[in-house]
Amino acid sequence: MSSNIKIKLMEVCGTHTMAIARSGIKKLLPESIELISGPGCPVCVTPQHDIDKAIAVAKLEDVIMTTFGDMIRVPGSRGTLSEAKMHGADVRVVYSCMDTLTIAKKNPKKKIVFMGVGFETTSPTIAATIKEAKRQGIKNFFVLSNFKCLFPALETIASSKKIGVDGFICPGHVSVITGTHAYEAVARRYKKPCVITGFEDMDILKGIKRLAEKIRDNSYNVEVEYKRVVKKNGNPKARNVLNAVFKPHDSDWRGIGEIKKSGLVFRKEYRDFDADREFNIKIPKPAPQKGCLCGEVLQGIKSPKDCKLFRKACTPKRPIGPCMVSAEGTCAAYYKYES
Amino acid sequence: MCLATPAKIKSINKLKAIVDFGGVTKEISLGVLSNVKKGDYVLIHAGFAIGKVKQQEAKDIKNALKELEDVFKYKD
Repeated sequence: MSSNIKIKLMEVCGTHTMAIARSGIKKLLPESIELISGPGCPVCVTPQHDIDKAIAVAKLEDVIMTTFGDMIRVPGSRGTLSEAKMHGADVRVVYSCMDTLTIAKKNPKKKIVFMGVGFETTSPTIAATIKEAKRQGIKNFFVLSNFKCLFPALETIASSKKIGVDGFICPGHVSVITGTHAYEAVARRYKKPCVITGFEDMDILKGIKRLAEKIRDNSYNVEVEYKRVVKKNGNPKARNVLNAVFKPHDSDWRGIGEIKKSGLVFRKEYRDFDADREFNIKIPKPAPQKGCLCGEVLQGIKSPKDCKLFRKACTPKRPIGPCMVSAEGTCAAYYKYES
Repeated sequence: MCLATPAKIKSINKLKAIVDFGGVTKEISLGVLSNVKKGDYVLIHAGFAIGKVKQQEAKDIKNALKELEDVFKYKD
């Protein structure tokens, strides 16, 4: 590759963000290759308003709220689920959404609400839990659907001239479910090659090399470098389970705004499990946070180092924005590994 | 958040399976993955098997670990 060509590659997976920061790959690459982080952390892209709503539900007298450990410390505009727990709300971290069904059976007089977050890797597991709840006739289990679909966001980024990405390092475990087909549109329509990689340093380096070669050769296609688990057709059963329970809907991404058909809502056959329908909580949307650049960081427009709050007012101990809270957030990765 | 870990299926009971994460066993769900059998290596995410790990790859990893063990045997 000629040295006067500069290329910008984006990774869209929190695990990649951490792996790249930890390995020091960025510093080893030639100056012509710039790596930027995209919205790869589902916790980070959950809007404050949705967290505020979850907290309001968690505070209800007859509710036990469950969620994944990643979510509990993420701040809305009025604190976190962890703080709500400190003030008496019954908030529990679960390893699997299925654990929530056990809690539901043990507490028949309570309403058990799972605060659901995640991309295509996670959302089918929640859909499967909902199907199982229906099969078992469990009536006191509900889900707040804050799931996000990665591909509409990828298209938004791919079409942005402001961001100017030349290619994508694509997430390995989302692809286990989706397969390669979903990336074809991004690669062909926007001329952005996509390489699906694993999480070891060598996996990532190999992915970067293949992307650089594809950009050099004007080869706008999709390639799998994580062949030990990613199949071209992905996991059709997981997608069928997901599509049986949920359907796409427009959704807000923290710092980015609304992206068409990038969220999931319940199909009517499963709406009895919809926590939004059950509790119908209406709270005002908070004003955007001042000073925090997470929105720009999530799009790869700014680096954490550009943010005036980074390392000063905003640290992992006292995080202000979601990218610092999540262990896989870009700001947390920079804070931990980049001097 | 999309972290997933490979494990070996020890037994299957309908939509549940006991898997072995290299010594630690756990019950997981097979609710989103079909065509798995005892002995398969699968990728576990949030208590669910989400994909199969290719047998050859699993064998390669196993062989590499065996070779690593042998290195230490020679040292004795």
